Amino acid sequence: MTDQPVPQAPILSRRGFLGGALALGLGAGALSACSSPVGAGLAGSTLNPGTVQYWNLFGGGDGVRMQAMESGFEKTHPNIGLSSVTLAWGNPYYTKLSLATLGGKPPDVAVSHLTRMKTLQAAGLLDEMNPADLARHGMTADKFNKRAWSTALVNGKIYAIPLDTHPFVCFYNTDVCKKAGLLDSSGKLKPLNGEQAFMDALSKAKKVTGQYGAAVAVINETSTPWRLFQSLYSQLQGAPVVSDHGTKITIDDAKALKVLTFLSQLDKTKLMPGSLDYQGAIATFANGRAGFYFQGEWEITTFQTAKTPFSMTLFPNVYGGNNHYAVQADSHTLVLPKDPGRTRAQLDDALTFIRSLLNQSATWAAGGHIPAWLPYRNSKAYAKLTPQSNYAAAANFAVYDANAWYSGSGSDFEIIAGGTIGAVMSGISSPAAGLSQMKQKLSVLAKTQPPT
Amino acid sequence: MTTTAYVPRPAEAASADVGRTAGRRRRDDTRPGLAFLAPFMILYLLFVIGPALYGLVMSFFDTSLVKSGLGKFAGFSNYVEAFKSSDFWSSMWHTVWFTILTTPPLVILSFVFAVLAERATRGKWFFRLAFFSPYILPSATMALIWIWLYTPGLGLASAVVQKFGITAPQWLGDPHWAMWSIAAATVWWTLGFNFVLYLAGLQEVPRELYESSALDGASPWQQMRRITIPLLNRTTTLVIVLQIIASLKVFDQMYIMTSGGPNFSTRPALEYIYDIGFTDYRVGYGAAASTVYFILLLIVSAAWFIQTRRAERRA
Repeated sequence: MTDQPVPQAPILSRRGFLGGALALGLGAGALSACSSPVGAGLAGSTLNPGTVQYWNLFGGGDGVRMQAMESGFEKTHPNIGLSSVTLAWGNPYYTKLSLATLGGKPPDVAVSHLTRMKTLQAAGLLDEMNPADLARHGMTADKFNKRAWSTALVNGKIYAIPLDTHPFVCFYNTDVCKKAGLLDSSGKLKPLNGEQAFMDALSKAKKVTGQYGAAVAVINETSTPWRLFQSLYSQLQGAPVVSDHGTKITIDDAKALKVLTFLSQLDKTKLMPGSLDYQGAIATFANGRAGFYFQGEWEITTFQTAKTPFSMTLFPNVYGGNNHYAVQADSHTLVLPKDPGRTRAQLDDALTFIRSLLNQSATWAAGGHIPAWLPYRNSKAYAKLTPQSNYAAAANFAVYDANAWYSGSGSDFEIIAGGTIGAVMSGISSPAAGLSQMKQKLSVLAKTQPPT
Repeated sequence: MTTTAYVPRPAEAASADVGRTAGRRRRDDTRPGLAFLAPFMILYLLFVIGPALYGLVMSFFDTSLVKSGLGKFAGFSNYVEAFKSSDFWSSMWHTVWFTILTTPPLVILSFVFAVLAERATRGKWFFRLAFFSPYILPSATMALIWIWLYTPGLGLASAVVQKFGITAPQWLGDPHWAMWSIAAATVWWTLGFNFVLYLAGLQEVPRELYESSALDGASPWQQMRRITIPLLNRTTTLVIVLQIIASLKVFDQMYIMTSGGPNFSTRPALEYIYDIGFTDYRVGYGAAASTVYFILLLIVSAAWFIQTRRAERRA
């Protein structure tokens, strides 16, 4: 008979191993809790006190400039850390900012378009800025562009610090315009005041280029057609498209039709076709196949890199006459997302960072934006910065998008309005059909109970 | 020398005890069983059932993400708005169209590749790895890879097409092409899972069937049609059901690659609900839209379930 082998008791049983691992894990977790993101999340503590958390939506050329300004801040303020996050432009950015603030983990400072900041404030997601706190950092109302500053106020309270105004502008090819006889003796574009002068200039440019007079982004693009329409419509002093926080459609049909008919005419005569998408319009202007290009000023870097012979000026005063010049614009502002646990030290760090960005307005203005910070805007250095300073006056005639929960840069309003206007510009809809479609789609939003 | 030996009990005594101890064992197992289930059930109730019920309640109010509480009572008006909204129905159609575009290739191609990979005599591991590895990529990585492939002018997709003398379309920028491009990327990405399921199914097919049918003079195509495919019926059914349900839940690819564009032409139902609920802050209406979507999915699943049950009873 053979012995049954007696199993040896293992030195470490399975339960012993699991128990030991759990104890070790908890111990390690407790030790590193305060510094690791997981630990900080569980404990509800700030991840990096003494660091400014900053969110922005600047990619491309603007992104590069903003990163340069962030490095500038880090050099001048080595004792304050900076943690910067860039998120995709438009709705993705504002959704994430809103949800982070709602979840109690907002950044210390965030960028916001002026038009979108109104919705954030109405949703209760922004901290009010105390004038005394701002004054401590040298930021007083008189140091900012009046129009941007006063538009940013909500019931007289300060919720945003304007960084710039970025209007719709006119790019023109200096070679083409010279050949077309459109430049004055100093080489600057003669003002195109009035419908006739505008169409004249475009025809002359079209003769020189042999293709188009002007290029503008229409296909698969909604912001540009809206901004173009809004500039012209506001020069006619048309009533706001929507009013009363977006609950009423108050667009002036006659004036809107006048603008839409004009735009449709430009497409039919191929003076300014409605068949180019965003990149196509850039390429057309960069290659000299159009004498004019209408877009926001931020494309300046694109053409400087492409070495196109160009300059910039105010968007033409087609309908404004002597007293009613207007142009569509928005502003980038810096806001403080709602944070009940914000200490005075954290507030000061955040305001120091904001002031540092304003001090570096020169870097920002080089990207085409009109600085809202008057100490730089009124300086000789900015006046010498051409072609950026050519259109600086636009900040004083800026028309911002309506204050409504569905409105603002990159919003549903822009998508609907821009979509229908673009359809008119590309000949898909007639002006009357496009206008009625815009009103019908906007009325759905107007009737909806605002969530803020 | 004495040895201790294990002596089994006499058979009768054992059988008399079995009834008693077995009964005791069954009752004893319930409590430990529930204890094992408890962690999962608690989390499931907290994070799945609870929020689903809360969402159902929310759908009858004009709940806003940025205001506390449920908001004003809205009755069925959220549901009426969802049914009247053309954006809602077009986003549902985009989801369905995506499912139609991706399910046949993902079922047929994965079967074809599984059969081919099975035939490989050398380097089987390589083919299995090659077909399965895209599946382990996270959606953001896959989307980034394909965004680069689809870049207008510079991307590989445009370059390959241009070599054949065709002008490359705007893969993600043209409303007519965007959904096809996303479907192609998805097929590449998720083929691996169905491929593995088919591989497993193919292993189960007895080799003798092939040998005996070859002796009876069957051609390879007949073998495929009469042996392989019928014996893989269960796998195919599983693959189709899983694929349809997964495709109906699509979100990541559209959100990352086109943001639902161009001009909302690729926005699936889930992204519509996300845009309404989180970007527009209207969670009450978003909850109503998602409840409608849930019911429609339930109807599809139930129809499928009944159909397979009927087929099984016939078989």
